[in-house]
Amino acid sequence: MFPGSNDDRDLARGFALCGAQVELVWHKDTRLPELDGVGIPGGFSYGDYLRCGAMARFSPVMRSVVALAASGRPVLGVCNGFQILCESGLLPGALVRNRDLKFICLDTRVAVEERGIFGGELESGRELAIPVKHGEGAYVPDAERKPRVAFRYVGGSPNGSTDDIAGVVSDAGNVIGLMPHPEHAVDPLLGSTDGGVLLRAFLAAAVARREAER
Amino acid sequence: MSDPVVDLELARAHGLSEREAALVIEILGRTPTYPELGIFSVMWSEHCSYKSSKKLLRTLPTQGACVVQGPGENAGVIDIGDGNVCVFKIESHNHPSYVEPHAGAATGVGGILRDIFTMGARPLASLDSLRFGPLDDPQQRYLVRGVVAGVGDYGNCFGCATVGGEVTFHPRYRKNILVNAMNVGIARADAIFLAKAAGIGNPVIYVGSKTGRDGIHGASLLASSEFDEHTEEMRPTVQLGDPFTEKLLLEACLEAMKTGAIVGIQDMGAAGLTCSSFEMASRSGTGIEMDLDRVPQREANMTPYELLLSESQERMLLVAEAGREREVLDVFAKWDLDAAIVGRVTADGKMRVRWHGELVVDIPVDPVAASSPVYERPQARPADFEARQQLDLASLPAERDPSGALLLLLGSPNLCSREWVYRQYDQLVQSSTVLRPGGDAAVVRVPETERGLALKTDCNPRYTAQNPYLGAMHAVAEAARNVAVTGARPLAVTNCLNFGSPERPECMWEFAEAVRGMGDACRALGVPITGGNVSFYNETAGEGAIPPTPTIGMVGLLDDVARAVPAAFRAAGDAVILLGETRPELGATEYLAVRHGLELGAPPALDLLAEKRLQELLVEAATRGLLRSAHDCSEGGAAIALAECAIRSGLGVEATLRDVGGRPELALFAESCARAIVSCAPAQADALLALARAHGVPAARIGVTGGGRIRIAPGVDVSLREAHDTWARTLPEALG
Repeated sequence: MFPGSNDDRDLARGFALCGAQVELVWHKDTRLPELDGVGIPGGFSYGDYLRCGAMARFSPVMRSVVALAASGRPVLGVCNGFQILCESGLLPGALVRNRDLKFICLDTRVAVEERGIFGGELESGRELAIPVKHGEGAYVPDAERKPRVAFRYVGGSPNGSTDDIAGVVSDAGNVIGLMPHPEHAVDPLLGSTDGGVLLRAFLAAAVARREAER
Repeated sequence: MSDPVVDLELARAHGLSEREAALVIEILGRTPTYPELGIFSVMWSEHCSYKSSKKLLRTLPTQGACVVQGPGENAGVIDIGDGNVCVFKIESHNHPSYVEPHAGAATGVGGILRDIFTMGARPLASLDSLRFGPLDDPQQRYLVRGVVAGVGDYGNCFGCATVGGEVTFHPRYRKNILVNAMNVGIARADAIFLAKAAGIGNPVIYVGSKTGRDGIHGASLLASSEFDEHTEEMRPTVQLGDPFTEKLLLEACLEAMKTGAIVGIQDMGAAGLTCSSFEMASRSGTGIEMDLDRVPQREANMTPYELLLSESQERMLLVAEAGREREVLDVFAKWDLDAAIVGRVTADGKMRVRWHGELVVDIPVDPVAASSPVYERPQARPADFEARQQLDLASLPAERDPSGALLLLLGSPNLCSREWVYRQYDQLVQSSTVLRPGGDAAVVRVPETERGLALKTDCNPRYTAQNPYLGAMHAVAEAARNVAVTGARPLAVTNCLNFGSPERPECMWEFAEAVRGMGDACRALGVPITGGNVSFYNETAGEGAIPPTPTIGMVGLLDDVARAVPAAFRAAGDAVILLGETRPELGATEYLAVRHGLELGAPPALDLLAEKRLQELLVEAATRGLLRSAHDCSEGGAAIALAECAIRSGLGVEATLRDVGGRPELALFAESCARAIVSCAPAQADALLALARAHGVPAARIGVTGGGRIRIAPGVDVSLREAHDTWARTLPEALG
């Protein structure tokens, strides 16, 4: 949780619905409790007045997140969380203003491509209906490094992303970030439940990693 | 810098009348100091004192079984079961949004959010009722873009879903747009916080952003006078919002409230530190002693006048239990927010303010806050009122191209798709939005429960312009109907009353008529009014006033949110049923305005008993699971309602409307009250018709869903795609 995170309780609820035990970690904490994985929620960390995620990367807790990622445990960044992972170098590339310079909130479909360490129902080629809501969600890859694309918008991007990229996964395969909000697609009353596919895959990877470490 | 000399001229420049200035001297027994004059000026401004409206507002129904807190607090509170209450209110930010659309609209949202969480509630959903001049005017397009972006930026960053509202265009808003922001929050019934300064000796604590020089006299001068050629110079009176700080303030306040050390709390909105401290002390019959040197300040060398009148945003004033200050201050420190003990509660009923050791304000609280002037202003019915009610249908040509008329209406600015607006708003945060914007009422789940709230704002200014009494009744009836079509029981109302200058007898008459209409409709439908806001002086020199606009914010309750009924059709082959009766009335309709360029005639007659019967039927049918979809018939009539159900579902429709007066435009586009278009599984149709009979509601099976066309007899036959595209493209093409 960063000051200004506002999908924090949504992501916690999404993970909980998928069977996880969730702990909210405050941005000033320098040590993480014993965690099998970390999800960084969406919102507007520190107000995002400078550049999305640019301040959050310097917060005390991110050093621990970087260490956790290095240990091979899974890390998920959603929306502003994805921006923070890019800013802190855990994922390549950057996210810039939407093509038409406006915030957008709408349902999108993304196709799964590279899965990294995340498996289960998250099969390559599968299409998922998950909403987006962001003002700075156009993905721009690094010039020197081709990203491993985890998700691509179906039928064109709503925001001007390069090659319709909606999410990427790290070279090691355990850090994954995306602009769409899986936590807003877990409850049939509210629409799609496809977000659960990703959240369950994340939890399965976290459990597998814990078993392996033992 | 020394303070200016206080004399009658300066008092007038502060918006005080000669009589009010004399009253100030009588209360104090002396000439006020400069900061004291500033205090009287804001506290007795129309915006803060309700001096022209108070007497009439007292006639409104405010009692009801569900009402926990009626008018007079920061927001209304109603019981919604499970130990939860709903805290809700609507407020205007009209003049600031015209002067500076982005900042004005954003701080309007910020202000109403604070009103909600001040009471201990977590804001759950926002709605925004926006009114502009014609869309073909470039200045209006600039205003629309700025206001929508401002609403979005604040709510999105703060983390409260914007789930509904309305956007209307009318030439009479050209020089005075309206931005009315509503918010709805949830609190535990046993943890509501009030704005009181109780407990002699208790510390008064300032929390939130530092005080700067922004927004000085926003309430007293900008909001309490009409626009003229100097309006542009008022830009510095518009406040700047910081939603990030407000988000921190929300979390910190809710956390501090849990300590049990907070006695009372009020946000610093209009007239900032002055209004909040006076109102808190007045409600508790106490006084406050304050030291301005302890107020966190953003700029150097601020004067007492500026510190007391600044409307810097994201600030709160609270009173804590003596001896427990540390617990409160620690919470705000955790969230990196300023918090400072600036004074204490006293027993003598006086406001004493020191600055640099000097006593700069020494005023008795009650004569300023509670006993402000009350006016009974003269009223006059406009001379052309009777003439405006006349509409001779025989003088209009019968509609020869119903399909063309339908497309024209679908693409018209007041009926076309609003997606351009609401896609800029986060509708999903907090994972509660069951029915998103675009239908009738929005429906949000009450977190951790099975219940849902249906939320809607409403007012048709074409009706209120023609007849403010009938128009205001329609606003209440339509808002309640919009809530009822989702299956929710209408519970209570908040209102935002936007009018011209109360000093003009015609405007005062419009206001009195609208209040009378609201009261009558609310009594008939059994929905109490729990508060709201009055915005007068919505006019510009030489341009006239806005149409009277009493915006109604309605809250309804669904016991089982999973049974919420959407507006769009759900499945092909479903039976389509028209509930209610269409009458030969075209006065003040969208059809008349769009097709014939006429704004004439009396609004549709309103049968409140028929309204109530229809709403009870809708709620029962939804509870029994009989309905697949339900959509109210209002602007544009039955044909537009059918087209909207079809377009939003991607399913065509084939229907036959009963002949009305031998003219197709009456059957298709009349806006008769107490009607709805519903669909149900064919096997349920008989049960639904029988239920309608039992409720005394006329009902007719008029058609079936499905196919790729919208076919409505008499005379409409268009492809679904063409209808969709015509409806969808108007705002994107105009606004980019």
